[in-house]
Amino acid sequence: MAVVAPSPAVVATPRIHPQWVQLLGAAIRTRRGAIGFSVAGSVVLLAVIGPFVAPYSPDQTVTFPFAAPSSQYLLGSDQLGRDVLSRVLAGGWELLLMALAATAFGVLIGAAAGISAAYLRGRVDGLIMRTVDVLLAFPQLVFALLLVSIIGPKIWLIIVAVGFTHAPAVARVIRSAALETTERDYVKSVELQGVRPAKVMSSEILPNLVSPLMVESGLRFTYSIVLMAGLSFLGFGLPPPAPNWGYMIQENRIGLSLNVWAVAVPAILIALLTIGINTFTDAVARVAIGVESRPEEALIDESEIAA
Amino acid sequence: MTALDESSVNQSPDNGPVRLEVKDLRIQLASTRAEVVGDVSFTVHAAELFGLVGESGSGKTTVALALLGHARRGLDFATGEILLDGENLLDLKPGELRELRGAKVAYVPQDPSAALDPTLRIGFQLREALRVHPGVVDDPEARVTEVLREAKLDFTLEMLKRYPHQLSGGQQQRVTLAMAFACRPSLIVLDEPTTGLDVSTQRHVLETVRSMCRSYGVAAVYVSHDLAVVGGLVSQVAVMYAGRVVEIGPTEQVFQSPVHPYTRGLLAAVPSPERAEVLTGIEGQPPRPGHKPKGCAFARRCSYAVENCFVETPVPVGVGDRLVRCMRAREIEHESHGHRAPAPVTLGGTDEAMLKLRGLDASYGRQRVLFDVDLDVYPESCTAVVGESGSGKTTLARCIVGLHPNWTGDMTFEGKPLENGARHRQKGVLKQIQYIFQNPYTSLNPRKTINQILSEALEHFFRISADERRARITRVLEDVSLSSDFLGRYPAQLSGGERQRVAIARAIVVEPDLLVCDEVTSALDVSVQAATVEVLRQLQHERKLAMLFITHNLALVRSIAQTAVVLCEGHIVEIGSVEQVLERPTDPYTVRLIEDVPKLAEVGSAPEA
Repeated sequence: MAVVAPSPAVVATPRIHPQWVQLLGAAIRTRRGAIGFSVAGSVVLLAVIGPFVAPYSPDQTVTFPFAAPSSQYLLGSDQLGRDVLSRVLAGGWELLLMALAATAFGVLIGAAAGISAAYLRGRVDGLIMRTVDVLLAFPQLVFALLLVSIIGPKIWLIIVAVGFTHAPAVARVIRSAALETTERDYVKSVELQGVRPAKVMSSEILPNLVSPLMVESGLRFTYSIVLMAGLSFLGFGLPPPAPNWGYMIQENRIGLSLNVWAVAVPAILIALLTIGINTFTDAVARVAIGVESRPEEALIDESEIAA
Repeated sequence: MTALDESSVNQSPDNGPVRLEVKDLRIQLASTRAEVVGDVSFTVHAAELFGLVGESGSGKTTVALALLGHARRGLDFATGEILLDGENLLDLKPGELRELRGAKVAYVPQDPSAALDPTLRIGFQLREALRVHPGVVDDPEARVTEVLREAKLDFTLEMLKRYPHQLSGGQQQRVTLAMAFACRPSLIVLDEPTTGLDVSTQRHVLETVRSMCRSYGVAAVYVSHDLAVVGGLVSQVAVMYAGRVVEIGPTEQVFQSPVHPYTRGLLAAVPSPERAEVLTGIEGQPPRPGHKPKGCAFARRCSYAVENCFVETPVPVGVGDRLVRCMRAREIEHESHGHRAPAPVTLGGTDEAMLKLRGLDASYGRQRVLFDVDLDVYPESCTAVVGESGSGKTTLARCIVGLHPNWTGDMTFEGKPLENGARHRQKGVLKQIQYIFQNPYTSLNPRKTINQILSEALEHFFRISADERRARITRVLEDVSLSSDFLGRYPAQLSGGERQRVAIARAIVVEPDLLVCDEVTSALDVSVQAATVEVLRQLQHERKLAMLFITHNLALVRSIAQTAVVLCEGHIVEIGSVEQVLERPTDPYTVRLIEDVPKLAEVGSAPEA
């Protein structure tokens, strides 16, 4: 959590943006953040507008299997003779949306568990954190596979399964971040008013966890993408013929020597997306802990207090 | 500022040789070249104690560190000289500076518990300075024993094997003093070395500092925000404001007939243990480095300011033996700087006590911190609880408000028993007793605007319309002298004093009957403290509140309370009216406590002792 340095003088501007907007803005302005943002942003853009600009239908067989790239089919064709470019353009948004939903779900329950453990302490803390320990003992992918193989590949289930595997790690990070906040006097002050614990947690503690939550969300988002793609690759994603980057890698790898692009392009896009998001998240984290803030301003504020 | 060198104003009467001479020192931000400290010149003689006084952000610590040839990260030495025995520190190479530090210039830090390495034995740390400067003293081991004696640490060599946490705060500070004096330096820089200490310990440490400087002919620069401490210790003093020295000269003159409006304001803000007076703070805040206005930096807060003050930057003017950086210095010199009005006497209601404590015992885990405490707080009156750190005064406050549930005994509020923890208490009771925290930097949620903070408190206890809510909030902000511009601001945009006023407003807005104030001014500067105490005093008077005022500062008690309770190691040792406790104390502990409080009135008498 960014410790707010007490400023000795009233700042002239009365309006302050919410912390998450400030953090994002500051992160984009760093070199690292700019690179991460543009790399991930381009892939996202491609996935979003892709379905509308694809030259062919992603499910339509247009030529023979594993055709090499040509002027008509820029990235060649896949195992069923479908246009690879069209499938790449059409197959991204679903992965992104599902990863986003899974991340939101995982961070939500993880944060709720972490904050409750930190604030309520005692038995609740023990129960939540020991459950977390047990869940962490399962490898994420195995856990997700287990759920999907029992119930079957359904969109909601894949989202819930992937999200749920994130929750324990999120809970741990958020708990340690929240522990410090729960001891602050402003929390004590609302407790003295007799405010209910749920309200204390949502209204006093949560807003002070914005920066760890953002960093954690970014990190979990990349994991979600990789997990989703991995599930598809293993055949536990949505069934064909729906185009999907992860599944494309799996179904086309037999023709690797004939048309390498059918595997390479989706793989590269997944890699660029995760690296981009990770780099940007790193920039956010650095801004949040003050590594990339302007040093002289931080210095003045500290010295005012020390003096 | 050549005026200083030409006029011999800064000569100490018992002229030793000049040890330290600072000339036209200017330190700036490396990035924007904005001035942080400017035009600072002073001279310190051997065996002389020189005081550098100022509030937070005045640049006093920056100057102190500069005397060791050090500028904090992001700061640059721009111009000027720091001559130590004739040698300019600012010309030295890093290696030469390292040779010098510890051997010729030594530094005593503010917080010894942070300055001593917790993983090393104190003997090791004490010998370190002697080890890195071989040849400075002939026999290092003999020197260790000697310096321990001088620092009044009756330590056997066996005790040197202890770790810092095994020593008391006073002992730790004596260790850092011994470390500083070990190599017999020419100059010693003391950066608020007694701030964290109790008054009694503080007095003893100060006496040690004085005697050590005397016996070695060491020049000492003592940096502090505490005017009373400085007044009793040093012979020459410089008052700093916004990076500049505004008044410099012999201590008695500066403190007894201050000329610069800022010095006057500062002195008017210091509470006196002898008299109950209305304290006056200084309105507004000092400018930040890089945001200094044109003209005099103090003009905006100055009641003597004329038009020219906002245009022209004042140069130091000689007044008697002093230099004053005020263009109206000669005009206002003889204007009375106003005597403080006596504080209006509030007669506490003599009826039934509002809060009654009988036989209260409290403990942290197995450690008992309060023993059999009996206390009555009457409506419409202020009771002060005074004690040193560790006396249990904060625990007492926390038991009363419900933050510390681990107590036994009887506690009744308006005749009804109070439950142990806040969560067991009725909403009505929670509303009636409001608590103000010590540190305004942690008591306001940094993610909420002032409006949110106040509205939420109000909404929690009252069902009122939005208009009514707004009206009440505006009214309460007026009561704590804040404008409604503050409503949209976040705590980070406020100064410490403003934050504490918001915290007071948050407590007052729910219309409590009893206000528990726990060391509410200890995190604030003296001029801000004065204004805050005045706000509290008026609120208590106007709203007819009962107030429990917890403090370690005996002098403050006079200005605000009617009844005083002295707490010592968890026991109440004395209880009575403020006059009685402060003027005719009966308990030996109280007697000692009152004697040890540094008093501004003693200025000038002490250094020659």
